[in-house]
Formats: sequence, structure tokens, C-alpha cells
Amino acid sequence: MKVRAQIGMVLNLDKCIGCHTCSVTCKNVWTSRDGVEYAWFNNVETKPGLGYPTDWENQARWNGGWERSKGGKLQPKQGGKWRILANIFANPDLPEIDDYYEPFDFDYDHLKSAPEVKAFPTARPRSKITGERMQKIEKGPNWEEILGGEFSKRSEDYNFEGIQKEIYGEYENTFMMYLPRLCEHCLNPACAASCPSGAIYKREEDGIVLIDQEKCRGWRMCVSGCPYKKIYYNWESGKSEKCTLCYPRIESGNPTVCSETCVGRIRYLGVMLYDADKIEEAANAPETTDLYDAQLGVFLDPKDPEVIKAARRDGVPEDWIKSAAESPIWKMAMDWKVAFPLHPEYRTLPMVWYIPPLSPIQNAAEAGAIGMTGGMPDVRNLRIPLKYLANMLTAGDEAPVATALERMLAMRAYMRSKTVEGVIDEGIVEKVGLSGRMIEDMYKIMALADYEDRFVIPTTHREQVEDAYELRSGCGFTDTNGCSPGISKGSLFGGSKKALKMPDLKIPQEAK
Amino acid sequence: MQEHLDYFIFGIMPYIALTVLVVGSIARYERDPFTWKSSSSQLLRRKQLVWGSILFHVGIITVFGGHLVGLFTPVWVLDALGVPYALKQWMAVILGGTAGIMALIGATLLIHRRVTDPRIWRHTSFADIGILVLIWLQLLIGLGTITLTLQHMDGAEMVRFMTWSQSVVFLKLNAWAMVVNVHWLYKIHIFLGLLITILFPFTRLVHMISGFAAPFRYLSRPGYQIVRSRRKSVKPAE
Repeated sequence: MKVRAQIGMVLNLDKCIGCHTCSVTCKNVWTSRDGVEYAWFNNVETKPGLGYPTDWENQARWNGGWERSKGGKLQPKQGGKWRILANIFANPDLPEIDDYYEPFDFDYDHLKSAPEVKAFPTARPRSKITGERMQKIEKGPNWEEILGGEFSKRSEDYNFEGIQKEIYGEYENTFMMYLPRLCEHCLNPACAASCPSGAIYKREEDGIVLIDQEKCRGWRMCVSGCPYKKIYYNWESGKSEKCTLCYPRIESGNPTVCSETCVGRIRYLGVMLYDADKIEEAANAPETTDLYDAQLGVFLDPKDPEVIKAARRDGVPEDWIKSAAESPIWKMAMDWKVAFPLHPEYRTLPMVWYIPPLSPIQNAAEAGAIGMTGGMPDVRNLRIPLKYLANMLTAGDEAPVATALERMLAMRAYMRSKTVEGVIDEGIVEKVGLSGRMIEDMYKIMALADYEDRFVIPTTHREQVEDAYELRSGCGFTDTNGCSPGISKGSLFGGSKKALKMPDLKIPQEAK
Repeated sequence: MQEHLDYFIFGIMPYIALTVLVVGSIARYERDPFTWKSSSSQLLRRKQLVWGSILFHVGIITVFGGHLVGLFTPVWVLDALGVPYALKQWMAVILGGTAGIMALIGATLLIHRRVTDPRIWRHTSFADIGILVLIWLQLLIGLGTITLTLQHMDGAEMVRFMTWSQSVVFLKLNAWAMVVNVHWLYKIHIFLGLLITILFPFTRLVHMISGFAAPFRYLSRPGYQIVRSRRKSVKPAE
């Protein structure tokens, strides 16, 4: 057993209202720069739809993620190391920017600077790449908002696999849901595996996957390697970029920008302990439907004394172990089994999980006729097909998703009965394998969702990394030669090489 | 005047070029690693990139390797192996010619794409297009010298260039005199080669080094994943 800690995230899709606040705040903080105008580290898609970039979920087309070879070996779907190196001159699986969208801006200035004309002045679009006029915007990061576009196109959605989808094009049977997406900070990241330069790494302390911008050479194999298409090639700087899980905020115990600003309070952050020795075996489970269970098996119970002992041995700080025991992620993924990984069949063991959304009953007119077992409708009669959710969250296995939806319905029924009628109905909760106490806890965390219940984030332990005494009177963060005194010491080019832009250590010898 | 120029280009410029190449590359890698990249434009436009880039890279790497092996293999090694000079020259002409034509076609495609596509052109620096055009010219001249080479297939001219390059490496200061009498096309080819070497650290060409290093780095990496730890030491529990 090798214990490591990771900051995981859960998104409660049942409460997502599709307001895009997460995307916009993320964009303002991270990608409002040249070369990444088209990149959205966080975006919200309306499902069913092809998403952004178009058809990203279809790995038969993009070859992202991992595959288990016939011989039972796990390797990136775009090819093993030799194959990746052979494709270095031209990556056959790389999307073009038009697969995302051509970034644009509007001539806002024309609105105030236009001379007096008969027609009202308008702000027309201009390409952010070429600077030229765009006659028509063909695509955007959220082109299918609220089921925009015709069903025939949107129904190419990969999650319709194995579903008679035609009837969902009919007005009466239409369904929709939102899917906010960001980097999954996988336990088995395919982007990192695909990088020939070794620039992408997972942090041992908190599991955040980052790209070392100074080591990235722009071979762009990570872009095609990531099945979620959450690595973006900055065409201006020539380096790949990705969601950082707002690590400067996480390190100081604050939630990510997308989580902090979520008005629906759908996002949760917490520590998960996992067994690093089990990752490869779990990612290589023979059947794709085994992968969800396999990943559950990688997580370690933070209340188990054996795990705590091993965690201490492996250097997990005490407050992290404690936070893991209070993690909302653990509760939703492990205790209540209401949260699921997004597309576990990609074999990356993602760490951003989703609670499937409830939806109205399929046919309101027949509502009375539908089996209302114990005051709850059958989840198979909900408007969003169970199979659709299962294709998204459990590689097509409907049973776990059905249980989760039943538990969420049970929570509603139980609390309604309790608060409206004043009756405690233990029968409902027993039917879904929970207890009244667990339901109350679910209600507190999932429905009320107080700030401190959503975000249980221990601060990072800088004392393990640096000596604060040596850092005093430093010159702060710097992006250049900084406070170089102009004295060459040790290296031909002045000062010793530093991997990170940390404050310079300049202390007189006698102070030591 | 001609003599001075020959002395400078074949006697002094090689040392300037090698110095700038080594010191410049180290300085850039050390001081500004963020700028060390391939600057791929595949994301902006796939068209012409796939054929252009593959033809160009496969061709130019073959030509580059051919020049290294061809010029720096000591002549006595050829003699010891019993390889006739004429045979080696034929190999150089056929292999180098084929690869050179591949690279030239590729470079032409890449230049065409870069200049005609506004998406690429808007983000092309002077260095980007400059080095590409220089390499294109160099390929053209290099292929042009084949017509001269075919007129003397005894290999003597080739041995002359081999001796010159090896003499430069061994700091024989009068080496320049060996090549003063060759055809001017060869001279321009050598001059351009040295010029490209000098420009190397200041352009996107630096990605060559990473490209050659990548297979070693990637294949020697145990497994696929990389985990970094910032912790200095792990304190065991009491």
C-alpha cells in the first residue's frame, strides 16, 4: 500500500442551472490571454449534444485515453511510446482550432466612433487569429446552449450508444441536462503519459496535474492523449496549457474559482486518500463496466486505522488525514454511492465526479398509472434515459446510476414527509439501503450545501518544501532575472538554476 | 579579396559558428527555457502541414545525418573497410538526393502554407520565415551541387570536403586552403550551412535538440506516469 492524497471534486448535476458563471470566472482568471482565447479550462455543455470540441467523447475518432490491448496491456489509445514518437512531426489525432471554434471579438469601438449614418451602427465580429472580418460565426464554445441546433446533429452524441434515440427528437420526449467540464486531474492521466518531454506531472501532495511550461516543447501529444480534450495548445506561446485546479487557491485552503463562484452551489472539494500501487491494475480492468468499481477499490478509507498508519508512514500530513475523514467527496462517492466518474471507460481514473440529475417523469399524463413504489416514481420512467446517464458515468452499467437516482428520490420523499407531514418514513430509506441518519446527512450536504460542508480543503504544507526563515526579506515572486545582484556565482550565467520561480535565497553567510 | 573571403568563410567562420551554436544554445536553455519549443502551427491549420511536415522532417533528418556521417567519418576508416570512394559518393548522391528532394518538397509546402494562410502568416515572426527560406535555399543549392558532383564520380572532391571538415575539427588552421578551388556552388552551400548554424540558437531550430533528445528521454522513462514531490523528506510517524 502506498498512500497518497488528492483533492477531488464532485459536481451535483441535479442542481446545475447552466448559468456558466464557473466558465466565465475561470476564463477571466486563467485564459483571457493571447493564444488561449479559444480555450475554456472550464466549460458547460448542454446535453445531449456534441460538446466542445465537437464530438470530444467519441474516442473512435480522437483516440484519446487508454486502451487495453488484446494481450492485456494498458497503453495510450493513440499508441505506445514508439508510435507517439513516430507521430511527432504531424499528430494525426490533433483537433484543429475549428473543432473548438475560431475565437472572435466584436468591433465595439464602432458603436461609439461611427459617423452619423442611416442604419444603426452594429458591432461586427472579427477573428482573434487573423484579425480579419468574420462574415458569420459558425461555432462557439457553447453552440448547443439549451438544445440549440437540430436534433439530427445533436443526436450524434456518443452517449446515445445503444439507445433508440429517434423518439427523443420528438417534442414530447425531449430531455436535456447540463454538463460542466474541467480537467479531471486523473489518477492515470493519459496526457502525462503521452508527453515525450516529461513536462506533465501529477503532484504527490495533492494530486493536481500540471504542465511544466519550461519543459513543454510543444509536441502536442497531450492534446490528443487527453480523452476529455482538456489540454489546450496555446498557439501563441507554443506550449500546452490546462486547468491548474487553481492550485494557488487550493494550497491556501480556498476552493477553486469555478467552485467558489458556483451560484447553484453544485461543486464540492475534498481530500481522497488512494492507494498508488493499485492504479495500474484498476485502470487495466478487463471490462469497461468494471472500471467504476475498480476505481472505488483504489480509494482508501480514511477512518481505517491501518490506512491512517500507512498514510503517516507515507508522509501524508495529519490534517490531510483528518480532512479526508470529513471529505464530502468520500461521502458522495463511497458512503452514498451517488457520485460517478465521467466516462470511466477512458481508463484514466478521473477525479472529478458527477451526481446524475433527476428529471421529470417521462409522461405526466400517465403519472398516475406509473408505479409509484412507496411514494417514489420508478427511475426508469424519468425523462432522461437511464442508459444515457449510464453511458456517461458508468460505461453503460445502469444499476449503479439507478440506485443513485433512487437514493436522491428517497431523500426528497423522506424530507418532504418529515417537514411537510411531520412523519418520519423509515420505510422509504430502507428500500434504498440507507438509514434516516444518512439521509439527513445527505440532505445537509447535497441539498443545503453550506460552504464549509462543500469545501473541506486542508492547506498545503510549505514547511515540508522550504525553510521560511531562509526566505525572509526575499525579493518576492519574479518572472525575470528578478533581484539578480549582477554577481555570477556558481553558474556561467549568473546564479544557480532554479526550477521554480521561487523567491531568491539571498542570505549573508553569517546569518545562517 | 577573394582570398580573404575564403579564409574567413572556411577558416574562421566554422569556429564562430560552432561557438555561437554551443554558447548560444546553452544560454537560451539556461536563461529562457520557456522560449524553447517547436512552435507547431498544426492546431491553426492542418492543411498541407501533415504532408509538408513529414516530408520535410524525414528528408532533412536523413540529409543532416548523412552529412554528419559522410563528412566526419575519417578517410582511413573507409580505406580499412575497403569502401571505394566512388561507391560512397554514389550512395551519398542517391540517398542524399532522394532525401533532399523530399525535404525540398516538404519545405516548399510549408513555405506556401505559411505565406498564403492568413492564420499562419499573422503569427509568423521574421525568424520563422527567414530560417525556413534559408533552409529551402540551402536544400536547393545542395541538390544543385549534385549536378556538379555527377561530373566527377571518382570521389576525390568528396574526400577533399571530408578532409577539410575533419581538419577544422582538429584545429588545423590552414584547412581553409583545401577548399578554395572548388566550384562556387559548393562554397555557397558551406557558407549557408555555417550561417544556419549561427542562427540556430536564435530561432525555433532549437527544437531539433529536444527532438533528438525526446526518444531517449521518453523511452528511458520507467512506465508512463510522472509524479513530482516537493517534499524534502518524509517524516515517519512517531
